[in-house]
Amino acid sequence: MGQRTVLHDWHVARGARMVDFAGWDMPVQYTSIIEEHTAVRSEAGLFDISHMGRLSFGGPDALALIQMVFTNNAATLKDGQVRYGLICNDQGGIRDDVLVYHWPYGYAMVVNASNREKIVGWLAESKGSFNVEIRDQTKDTCMIAVQGPRALDMCRGLTEADAGKLGYYFATPTTYQGKPCVVSRTGYTGEDGVEYMVAAGQGLQLWEELLRRGAKPCGLGARDTLRLEAAMPLYGHELSEEIDPFQAGLSWAVKLDIGDFHGREALLVRRQDAKLKHRVGLELQGKRIAREGAKILAKGKEIGSVSSGTFGPTVNKSIAMAYLEPAYKEPGTLVEIDIRGKMEPARIVPLPFYRRLK
Amino acid sequence: MDPKKLRYAPTHEWAILEGDTCTVGITKYAVEQLTDVVYIELPDVGDNVFAGDSFGEIESVKAVSDLYSPVNGEVIAINEPLISDPSAITKDPYGKGWMVKIKVERGSNLNKLLSLEQYEKQIASESH
Repeated sequence: MGQRTVLHDWHVARGARMVDFAGWDMPVQYTSIIEEHTAVRSEAGLFDISHMGRLSFGGPDALALIQMVFTNNAATLKDGQVRYGLICNDQGGIRDDVLVYHWPYGYAMVVNASNREKIVGWLAESKGSFNVEIRDQTKDTCMIAVQGPRALDMCRGLTEADAGKLGYYFATPTTYQGKPCVVSRTGYTGEDGVEYMVAAGQGLQLWEELLRRGAKPCGLGARDTLRLEAAMPLYGHELSEEIDPFQAGLSWAVKLDIGDFHGREALLVRRQDAKLKHRVGLELQGKRIAREGAKILAKGKEIGSVSSGTFGPTVNKSIAMAYLEPAYKEPGTLVEIDIRGKMEPARIVPLPFYRRLK
Repeated sequence: MDPKKLRYAPTHEWAILEGDTCTVGITKYAVEQLTDVVYIELPDVGDNVFAGDSFGEIESVKAVSDLYSPVNGEVIAINEPLISDPSAITKDPYGKGWMVKIKVERGSNLNKLLSLEQYEKQIASESH
């Protein structure tokens, strides 16, 4: 039996189909992935993302430790600002992709559920003589995302601080029903929205309040189709210990000129390596879905493979992300995908597949 | 079509024999398991199909599944509109969601397939 979030019983009672995800027993869908996906694009969807790892950093050397493992720059974060970046191994491969939050009193990091223990271990290993206290708050808190064009409206008045006043990729410590919590204008769907971190004991109350306000519960199935349309990478698919941030198209989240961090030296070399495969977007001509592992060919020669693929309900097409030899990465290039033994024509397209109108 | 009059394969196809024509689709249970059907691939008219072999595939957002023929025979009709819009499979699996019509040898029967009662027992044990 997997680990359970505080909303587990609610999911089961509402007939959600449960699956194991990174050792957690999580809802994959309540009604239909397409319905849930569409609710997020048109109104607002509600996600239990309590399986994500939530770490807090205190002490005088918190920033120094984060800078040592983080590819982006945490030193220039304003109070309340949130920044995406990678944690790399010393070969430049990606250990995880994370968000770093800067509070007036310290830092926080949200890591992938599948990598939480690995990252906690890596931080302990990297800590050395730094004076920093790291706390894993995953089990003590509940994390809920509200995503969609109506999300900010629905969240109005829920917490003491108004989520609607936050800038994009800003967060603030505040209170919910008198108890400390965090509200953050971040997400993983390509829509505007908010993520809450509240005390575990308050999770169900907040969830039900958001339901009453009209947000539709959505499972990991819709989360995957939403992030895929928005071309957001998913660890274990687009990202791994063998893939570096440049290959993944995440060079914007790597700052090589602000001092040393784990993986920097290797990245200086890998950045120049013109042979490494590169992440691309693919649009299929037909409706069959190119799933992870499907081989990609050009004139009969294997040039890469699919990292994730789905039917994109909003773009109404079969889409995929893949790693291809760099000679084939330009949009417009025609390739073939081997789907269960039959070649399907596809075209390289610019990412993302979907971008919301602002 | 009345589910009681249909016969069922353990792989979740239904079949009904009228004369020497066997009509095949997939069950409501299969549709519910798949949800979000986005595409179906059917054989060509004139293709030969064999009992237990794949005659096509059905793709949902989550997964792709083979469709298995419950009988031997020759495909004499396919439900063409499903290819551009598979929603009838979800809305009306025993009616407008039929998939293929197969001409079987004279004297064939569906006795090897499950009755509704037997099929329901199977899915009850699967969902536990």
